[in-house]
Amino acid sequence: MSAHTTESRHAPAGRYVGASVPRREDPRLLTGRGRFVDDIRIPGLLHAQFVRSRVASGVVTSIDLSAVLDVPGVVAAYTAADLDVIGITAVLDRPRTQFVPTEMPILARDRVRFAGEPLAIVIAEDPYAAEDGVEAAAVTYQVHTPVTSAEQALEPGAPLVHDEAADNVLLDVSMFATEGIDEVFAEAPCVVRVRTRTGRQNAVPLETRGAVADWDDRDAQLVVRTCTQVPHQVRTVMARSLRLDERAVRVITPDMGGGFGQKCVVGREEIAVAAAALRLRRPVKWIEDRKDALTASFLAREQRYDARAAFDRDGRILALDADIVCDMGAYSCYPFTAAVEPLMASAEMPGVYRVPAYRVRGRAVTTNKAPSAPYRGVSRPQYVMVMERLFERAARELKVDAVELRRRNLITEFPYSGVNNITYDAGSYLDSLNLCEQVLKDEGWYDLKAAAAAGGRHVGIGYSCFNERTGYGSGAFAQRKMSVVPGFDMTEARMDTTGSVTITTGTLSHGQSHETTLAQIAADELKLDISKIKIVQGDTDRVIYGWGTFASRSVVVGGSAVRLAAVKLAEKLRMLAAGLLDTTPDDVELDDGRVRRRDDPGRGLGYAELADIAYLKAHLVPKDLEPGLSVTATFDVFTDGTFGNATHGAVVELHKGTGRVEILRYVCVEDCGVAINPMVVEGQCRGGIAQGIAGALFEQVTYDEQGEPSATGFLDYKVPTASEIPDVAIHHLETPSALTESGAKGVGEGGTIGAPAAVLNAVNDALAPTGVELNDTPITPETVQRALEQAS
Amino acid sequence: MKPAAFTYHRARDVAGAIRLLAELGDEAKIIAGGQSLVAMMNYRLARPAHLVDIGRIGGLDHLRGDGSTLRIGALTTHHAVEVATDAWLGRGFTLLRDAMAWVGHLPIRTRGTVGGSLAHADATAEWCLLAVLLDAEIVASGPRGTRTIAAGDFFHGFYTTALAADEMITEVVFPRPAPHSALLEFAERRGDFAIVSAAVDLDVDEHRAGRAVRGGRVALGGVAPVPVRVPEAEAVLAEGGQAGPDLFRRCAAAAAAAIDPPGDGNGSADYRRALTQTLIEDACAKAVSR
Ligand SMILES: Cc1cc2nc3c(=O)[nH]c(=O)nc-3n(C[C@H](O)[C@H](O)[C@H](O)COP(=O)(O)OP(=O)(O)OC[C@H]3O[C@@H](n4cnc5c(N)ncnc54)[C@H](O)[C@@H]3O)c2cc1C
Repeated sequence: MSAHTTESRHAPAGRYVGASVPRREDPRLLTGRGRFVDDIRIPGLLHAQFVRSRVASGVVTSIDLSAVLDVPGVVAAYTAADLDVIGITAVLDRPRTQFVPTEMPILARDRVRFAGEPLAIVIAEDPYAAEDGVEAAAVTYQVHTPVTSAEQALEPGAPLVHDEAADNVLLDVSMFATEGIDEVFAEAPCVVRVRTRTGRQNAVPLETRGAVADWDDRDAQLVVRTCTQVPHQVRTVMARSLRLDERAVRVITPDMGGGFGQKCVVGREEIAVAAAALRLRRPVKWIEDRKDALTASFLAREQRYDARAAFDRDGRILALDADIVCDMGAYSCYPFTAAVEPLMASAEMPGVYRVPAYRVRGRAVTTNKAPSAPYRGVSRPQYVMVMERLFERAARELKVDAVELRRRNLITEFPYSGVNNITYDAGSYLDSLNLCEQVLKDEGWYDLKAAAAAGGRHVGIGYSCFNERTGYGSGAFAQRKMSVVPGFDMTEARMDTTGSVTITTGTLSHGQSHETTLAQIAADELKLDISKIKIVQGDTDRVIYGWGTFASRSVVVGGSAVRLAAVKLAEKLRMLAAGLLDTTPDDVELDDGRVRRRDDPGRGLGYAELADIAYLKAHLVPKDLEPGLSVTATFDVFTDGTFGNATHGAVVELHKGTGRVEILRYVCVEDCGVAINPMVVEGQCRGGIAQGIAGALFEQVTYDEQGEPSATGFLDYKVPTASEIPDVAIHHLETPSALTESGAKGVGEGGTIGAPAAVLNAVNDALAPTGVELNDTPITPETVQRALEQAS
Repeated sequence: MKPAAFTYHRARDVAGAIRLLAELGDEAKIIAGGQSLVAMMNYRLARPAHLVDIGRIGGLDHLRGDGSTLRIGALTTHHAVEVATDAWLGRGFTLLRDAMAWVGHLPIRTRGTVGGSLAHADATAEWCLLAVLLDAEIVASGPRGTRTIAAGDFFHGFYTTALAADEMITEVVFPRPAPHSALLEFAERRGDFAIVSAAVDLDVDEHRAGRAVRGGRVALGGVAPVPVRVPEAEAVLAEGGQAGPDLFRRCAAAAAAAIDPPGDGNGSADYRRALTQTLIEDACAKAVSR
């Protein structure tokens, strides 16, 4: 295969880690031979769509589906009562004073809590008839006043979204409150305060959600093909919901067109589809259309911060105090719950800075909007923005250069134990900032800014410094008091009789290139050509258990499990070869697909020869060994994980007449430890930065007073295109992780985390002469235009 | 996002299309490039029971300049204009070619048609703005024969035109060249429908030193239900003056003061006024630089 020769040319066997090995996924994806959920066709396939609530809040007084069944092509239509399945309840191990569990029914029973909530499923011979059927449903409602903002939700006497959450608060936790912090603020020479709001966003995977469910009588198993980041969790919830043994559900994830967190939670539609397939004993497919994807899937990021920071005269930060309110919409997502955003922010907010005193209150508020799920970066884009604004504010008050002020406060000695009970492993916080500033200086952007100002133009430079905890293991999630605790990963490595290796992983690439990067790790360990290694993921019958891919965990946790399994398999090969070569395992070594004697490298056995013996001539296998060549390994993290870090620098120009924010330059200096594949790392950075810029300048989900979402297509939900996203210059630093088997740190979310702060700071730098300060995102051209006009 | 059921008809020629429209009545709709209609059908905002496809009718995709007028067939695509040579367009019509870069994205331009754009009558569509600016004439055929409608009389309101349900646009005629003209617009993303679009066509006295403006036309999209000419701004140009920032600023200010734009999620009325000011000034500067 041509792909193979290219790979080999880039990296000789045994030296894959660190090389930009071409993505092994690309040949099939680029030639249209990938297989996505919607590509799956099964004889007799039926198509589903959902009758969805037209009102944001209310009680369904009647649902009449009789006209639906009269529509030509419609096969069946079910309400919650017809399906009788168990809803999804995500819980935390916290007292009710801190966290209120709420149920998300598979189909709404009587209460509806957001416009777009599924009420009934219509199954038809084709997708057109399914939509005709949906139109024919007659639903009447008693309409209630919806809660459309966190402010409204928190007002005394506000309507309740869930009766059990008496004040619309699902989580209220103060994770940290350093004693004496009020005195610190009272006595500090400099106290700054920043209030920000960030818009509600949709992660917008190019591929919308979808599922094909089919009951297999022979296997006595429901086979569900769905695009999820967490196949095993879908299986666990689905089995309970449908009252099946977990064995009786097989979840398969084919190629995926992105997830970004929206698909790392268990949705209700795929379970309704499975329930329908089970009842009908016919395969049923559901492909979410873009309108539903924009209005009724999982959203994220709508947060409000009120934060203060105290500094001493030398510009050293003394204390941080933050009140965080996250609008989590109508339901708690499984397994993370509605607490995912406030807890992430509370746990991590001090970030890369030495903050001696910290107090935080985090709340998750429920409203009548589509529910929230984690979205790439989870709260970190927001709190980094707040921290970086606090530093800019303080720099202005203290009349110090803002970059210098950061330098004085960055953590420089590692491991560093923070006020937030996190121990940070080594990173290049200071070096990345210095390099980023140097790059912008060397490229002449500071000169350009000065010249522009003299000419009446508005050019600004902004930075953001941040770290990104990667490799959340069971330890970290247990600390968050999750009752379903993600974390470990489990790998099986198996060599067949031709010496080719199959490796399963519990992580799941939905665009991250695991088939390439995980194979690179294994190939190096096994001293094997990468073409001989196949990574298998996303099938609950082939992978024993796994937690999928989210929170930049794959290379850290999954990659480490893969490496451990490869080490174990190598060990087996050495033992087998040692017996056959009349020596000890310590006296043989792996080399380019062979095991050879160290003292006599000419004597050795190729992997195929060894495997042939292991399986087909088991009588030759040395006495103390078992036949076959397969191993399993697990990896977990009980420490605080490993922290990647980066500094982003943005140069923007504000156009006076239109308010347009033009990004003139974007520089990212990142450190993810050992980069397994620099090309993939850069791809992750670029994509993440694009999504961060989207949040800073373009995207927002809004609702009218009735709780009706305003954006039903890309006309209104303004995902930026390649024309709006600048080229990104990426510089690498490498501080290897001591935690992981490969020295790598995760890099999946960093781009998204750093971009909003860098852009916001650059915009404010450009606005500095006007005295206007913008702290809410997205920053629209209209706001910028108004700010510039006011000033002139 | 699947359309409701419809019956598909393919017209062989203009007469056939008109016959079908007359037979099928209000339930029928013409489909040309489908770039506006299909989206509306997918959202079920439009649900015609019959589609009359005019896409295969021959002889309606022309682009013919004769020095003074430019005739564009209803089925000519945006892309065909975008890549037209000067020889095809005729002198003074490069404005049309340049304007095409603002219409959506390349795939849309390769299918969307000039006739479809005019008939669809979006308030910020480039073709509608150009037609109003240059006093184009829209040629329509129906059971009662063929008539020519001046652009100024064609656009009635939001997505409504002077066309009867059984009429079809066959051609649009741009009657005069516009050598000192420009179209500019602003949207948050490239390819989006404009929040405000502005087009100007200046009458410049080439022979006087310093290039004096003797008059001109100013048209705006996105500030009213249909593209509009702005007589107040044109009056400033008609007073005449040196082609330069001062005149252009006054012209733009007159326009910004004269309009009563809507406010919506894409921009408030004030913002639209501010964009009007900027875009007219810049368009005038661009127009005289030609
Ligand atoms: C993402 C996107 C972005 C876009 N951006 C822009 C933009 O920036 N500017 C812009 O101007 N347009 C834009 N468009 C619209 C595009 O230009 C359409 O092609 C155009 O508006 C309609 O032309 P059509 O041939 O596709 O017509 P269709 O979609 O086929 O029809 C549109 C309407 O016109 C009627 N119709 C079509 N032809 C005739 C005829 N000959 N006589 C009578 N009635 C007729 C139809 O019945 C229908 O009501 C965009 C479209 C998309 C999808």
